[in-house]
Amino acid sequence: MASVLRFRKLCYVESAVKCTSVGYESFEIDEKLDKKEEDVLSANNFALEINKKRKQPKRQPKEWRCLDSCCWIIGYLCTTWWLLLFFYHCFPVTLLRVPELPGPGVRLKREGLTALHPVVLVPGIVTGGLELWEGRPCADGLFRKRLWGGGSFTQIFKRPLCLLEHLSLHYETGLDPQGIRVRAVPGLVGADYFAPGYFVWAVLIENLAKIGYEGKNLHMAAYDWRLSFQNTEIRDHALTRLKSKIELMYISNGYKKVVAVPHSMGVIYFLHFLKWVETPPPMGGGGGPGWCAKHIKAVMNIGPAFLGVPKAVSNLFSAEGKDVSYIRAMAPGVFDSEILGLQTFERVMRMARTWDSIVSLLPKGGEVIWGNMDRSPEEGHVCDFSKKSHSKTSLTTNNVNNSDVKRGFLVKDLANYGRIISFGKPASILHSSKLPTSDSKVFSRTSTSENFNNFSCGEAWTEYDEMSRQSIQNVAADKAYTTTTLLDLLRFVAPKMMRRAEAHFSHGIAENLDDPKYNHYKYWSNPLETKLSDAPDMEIYCMYGVGIPTERSYVYKLSPNSRCKSIPYQIDNSVHGEDGSCLKGGVYFADGDESVPVLSAGFMCAKGWRGRTRFNPSGIATYIREYRHKPPTSLMEGRGIESGSHVDIMGNFALIEDIMRVASGATGDEIGGDQIHSDIIKMSERINLGL
Amino acid sequence: MSSLRRRKPINESSDSKHKAEEEDEDHDDVDADGDDDVNGKNKKTPSKIKKKRGEKPPKQPKWSCMDTCCWFIGCICITWWLLLFLYNAMPASFPQYVTEAITGPLPDPPGVKLKKEGLEAKHPVVFVPGIVTGGLELWEGRECAEGLFRKRLWGGTFGEVYKRPLCWVEHMSLDNETGLDPCGIRVRPVSGLVAADYFAPGYFVWAVLIANLARIGYEDKTMYMAAYDWRLSFQNTEVRDQTLSRIKSNIELLVATNGGRKVVVIPHSMGVLYFLHFMKWVEAPAPMGGGGGPDWCSKHIKAVVNIGGPFLGVPKAIAGLFSAEAKDIAVARALAPGFLDNDIFQFQTLQHVMRMSRTWDSTMSMIPRGGNTIWGGLDWSPEEGNSCAKKGEKKNETQIADQAGSEYAVCKAKSANYGRIISFGKDVAEAPSSDIERIDFRGAIKGHSAANTTCRDVWTEYHDMGFAGIKAVAEYKTYTADSLVDLLHFVAPKMMARGTAHFSYGVADNLDDPKYKHYKYWSNPLETRLPNAPDMEIYSLYGVGLPTERAYVYKLSPHAECSIPFKIDTSADDEDTCLRDGVYSVDGDETVPVLSAGFMCAKGWRGKTRFNPSGIRTYIREYNHLPPANLLEGRGTLSGAHVDIMGNFALIEDVIRIAAGASGEELGGDQVYSKIFNWSENINLQLDEEIPVHSSS
Repeated sequence: MASVLRFRKLCYVESAVKCTSVGYESFEIDEKLDKKEEDVLSANNFALEINKKRKQPKRQPKEWRCLDSCCWIIGYLCTTWWLLLFFYHCFPVTLLRVPELPGPGVRLKREGLTALHPVVLVPGIVTGGLELWEGRPCADGLFRKRLWGGGSFTQIFKRPLCLLEHLSLHYETGLDPQGIRVRAVPGLVGADYFAPGYFVWAVLIENLAKIGYEGKNLHMAAYDWRLSFQNTEIRDHALTRLKSKIELMYISNGYKKVVAVPHSMGVIYFLHFLKWVETPPPMGGGGGPGWCAKHIKAVMNIGPAFLGVPKAVSNLFSAEGKDVSYIRAMAPGVFDSEILGLQTFERVMRMARTWDSIVSLLPKGGEVIWGNMDRSPEEGHVCDFSKKSHSKTSLTTNNVNNSDVKRGFLVKDLANYGRIISFGKPASILHSSKLPTSDSKVFSRTSTSENFNNFSCGEAWTEYDEMSRQSIQNVAADKAYTTTTLLDLLRFVAPKMMRRAEAHFSHGIAENLDDPKYNHYKYWSNPLETKLSDAPDMEIYCMYGVGIPTERSYVYKLSPNSRCKSIPYQIDNSVHGEDGSCLKGGVYFADGDESVPVLSAGFMCAKGWRGRTRFNPSGIATYIREYRHKPPTSLMEGRGIESGSHVDIMGNFALIEDIMRVASGATGDEIGGDQIHSDIIKMSERINLGL
Repeated sequence: MSSLRRRKPINESSDSKHKAEEEDEDHDDVDADGDDDVNGKNKKTPSKIKKKRGEKPPKQPKWSCMDTCCWFIGCICITWWLLLFLYNAMPASFPQYVTEAITGPLPDPPGVKLKKEGLEAKHPVVFVPGIVTGGLELWEGRECAEGLFRKRLWGGTFGEVYKRPLCWVEHMSLDNETGLDPCGIRVRPVSGLVAADYFAPGYFVWAVLIANLARIGYEDKTMYMAAYDWRLSFQNTEVRDQTLSRIKSNIELLVATNGGRKVVVIPHSMGVLYFLHFMKWVEAPAPMGGGGGPDWCSKHIKAVVNIGGPFLGVPKAIAGLFSAEAKDIAVARALAPGFLDNDIFQFQTLQHVMRMSRTWDSTMSMIPRGGNTIWGGLDWSPEEGNSCAKKGEKKNETQIADQAGSEYAVCKAKSANYGRIISFGKDVAEAPSSDIERIDFRGAIKGHSAANTTCRDVWTEYHDMGFAGIKAVAEYKTYTADSLVDLLHFVAPKMMARGTAHFSYGVADNLDDPKYKHYKYWSNPLETRLPNAPDMEIYSLYGVGLPTERAYVYKLSPHAECSIPFKIDTSADDEDTCLRDGVYSVDGDETVPVLSAGFMCAKGWRGKTRFNPSGIRTYIREYNHLPPANLLEGRGTLSGAHVDIMGNFALIEDVIRIAAGASGEELGGDQVYSKIFNWSENINLQLDEEIPVHSSS
């Protein structure tokens, strides 16, 4: 204490001296300026002499400039910022709030709608949050923190390799690697926002809440979207939990059936669930044959990927999509540079290939659905999405096989959507007879034995490294692949992954649904290889956006840099069609919601299940609800209230209104039956599938 | 930038300055060593520079007021950012490393330790959070709560409390008549483990236990947080949210998906009573109960591990209901008199809090149960002879102190009259019962308060009492557990009418009486039987060694106009009798006295009694409170306080062992530090199945 006092005294004395030298004279000058200059000057001199004696550092003023002005600026900015922040917080909330459009919830509440049927939300791939339960040392402190979705992805930037390791699954089993447990975030928070401000289910939840929904009659069926569907049951009992939740909600809400709202991949997950729940115990849930009829009122599929998405092909084949290839075209070398040793793509690909669920999204139904070398159901699709003119006719060279389509088409290089992967633009246009025979035998004759693995190239490991250069080129020499040969191709380039995943998923079409082999769970998520359950009162809705170009097939090339351990193929983004062509940046586009083509989303409801078919023996009613995409008119609207794109459609007011009406008791006919903007009916007619 | 700043003062000064300065003005730079020796007075160049320096100061004031401030803030900001950056760049294990460097190697957390021993997840675990610790979120609200949809109103950061306090109070309150939602407001419990892992950021409740359980393999599919709206009465959680049905369904699911292994239930605080209610509910037939059948509990539950359970209520609840204050508030009032009482800002904080908390039925579940039989009469209490020194030197006195009031005189010198839970004035609290003149308040006519319209919108039932009623309450002088319930009926008739429909506070004479089938008795361990589940185990885990509120000295509030008319007399102190700041304290975990937490397991349910007909085994595990050794430990790994005990390593280890399959004997049976067995002996409660001869002092 005493020392402190002494110190203060010293300081005081010093400052006093300073005052006399600095402050004092300033006073003098200010006050007695007019009186006596002489006095002032002498005083100044006096002060100066003191200064001189005390040898004040001369440099002080200079130091002010360099660092201090910096501080000064920052201080200024900070203060202003704080002030603004303070005002922002002080203002009444309503004043600053962007005047939000009243959602359909408010309007429908005024109409007198109330919560009736409990609602189950089934999120899709990628949008669900994942959190860490057990990890390696590098993930210290992340216990029960989100690794994926929900919060910010800051951890990914902080320790990217660690995160990749934790998000990957075991390559052989498709389950947890040793010592790592990453689990789905349960509850509504699991998928309400994907990232802060980027809603997925939040808008729908909020509107449902307006008419009285809350925790007891609204459930988010969160599951680990990386696993194959049956594995979510084996590891997490996710299907059993969903079953128990639905039963509970059914009972505790006065025996009202449940309305399920799956989105994207959740659609086929729920299809799997419907089959699983009625199957007897060892493999299924043992709910008995009437379970669905008893518990489920309607399944409202949003952006359903019933028959798969072509995007999954490019993702598995070369870990890229439209967006990535654009970036590569704009800034070549960013991704390819290995200076930092990042090998981003290789790592991402390696991770994505451990996820069984992506394989569930590969196109299903083979050439019957997706078209063969020379025809496709979308033939004649006009890519100028603003005006759908079929008036212009022009010559076409390649619809020979297809007899029922006689209409001409406008563009010269007509898109052969059936060729999902072609190597080089010619291969995508030329008539099939001019192409080298695409024979699946080609795969068997190339041996993969002669791979010269040198271990000098990073540690990112993909199955491409086990292929020899020769076989890589052989694949490219094959020129074009349809959906059927594509599976062979994937089996060739990634044998282990496909072996693992094909134990859980099947992509064919059933000849005879009574074949006992279709009791196996791997067929349950394929609508073309299962029967819908016997529930004549149930309703199935296909709700999706249209009017956005959607990836449908790709033009590939061999990767130019042939260094080791890189992905040997990439989308040829230099290939463009002429105006009005559907080819852009190496990708052929069709109508859809930016991820799922109309064909995949709508076919089952338009034809496959319409009426009593062999896939729908009890004649469950199906409805198609399409929503034409309209971009947001102003920035204030955010992601738009009339959007039709795959995720943003969850904020589409028309769609929300439909869901709410059904949830509060309306039937499909009451909300207006089908609502179709696209060519889905025509397309379906072209598909020659025995029903 | 700097030149800009410098020019300004120069320009201003130029008009008023003399020539000598004007010439200097041209040289903006100090370093411009002047060849221009215009100034005649300065002979030497250095002096000229000096002079210039000397003349600068007049311009300094401009600088120093605002700019220095900014400069200062800038500096702080930069340092802050630097530190933030360093903090973020720091490896996550760094703090632990520092801690270990200072205090030596930390003991392994119990999860790690037990994993090394080879323990694995076995029985699914169900957590039942207590009052206040569970999060609540908004599902539908008034105008003022716009933008808070699905945001937490309770738990989390409590940001809204400060921003719009009145709105917050309005939304947190329930309907005064029904005890359910007010019209147009729906506040619902947060579900999942996040509901009660942290109460506020950094203030853990269940998080430590969850993290340790996860170490031995627990995860979401084997853990379940039975979150419920803790503001509601227990039966109303089922009526409004079907919470009990959900818990039942979830427990059944956990058992089914984990190979038929029974669950271990871990209730904390009020969750203990809630789960007691649940066990009765689930076996009761359908309209009122869950219809699980008479052996549901024995089929599904391995053990109930009660942490800090207020089986018989807590005296704190009385102070909370009676005058919205507890020890903490009373102390704050004593430290800063007038702060809480001033009405200048129209805050009326306490009244608002009181009005809000009185709409919560659940607070009434914590009113002391069992009346004088358990909590003691005017002249005796089971804790008689408890000394605050707590070093056990008072052993001889407890020997003398028999249960009856006859030996009162012996103890009078040292012992507090814990039985008198509320006394008006310290003298009343200490005087022998014969000296106290009491005027019965029960029949007193409540006067009409003229003031109630002027008291703004704060509504507490005290306004309906009038001065006569308040006076009558004070005239009765002292209240025991029995008369307390009457007192609350008197001062808050509406609230108690609601409460007594859901809770009961007595001791059952004959448990076969059909009236005990009603749900209001289910959460009172003295008025229900435990389920028929001989294999089940009941644990009572609680902290000891902390002074815990037990009885209060009250006084009339000096200004009884619009405020709460009673408050704790903080001036009452007595070293000998554990009286501090108007509060008598006993051993406990700071909230629940040992008596309430331990009695049922120590005596009421021990062996085959009428409350425990199937002879469910009971174990008492006490944890002596040790404050954290240093600041780095946070809230301590040896704490015994009511909530902090959830981070007590010894307790966590016990819980994990039970979850991994150990029985009570394997844990080591009872572990007792307090005098709970002695005190239980003092309580004269009929435990045999015969019709008891009810006796109380």
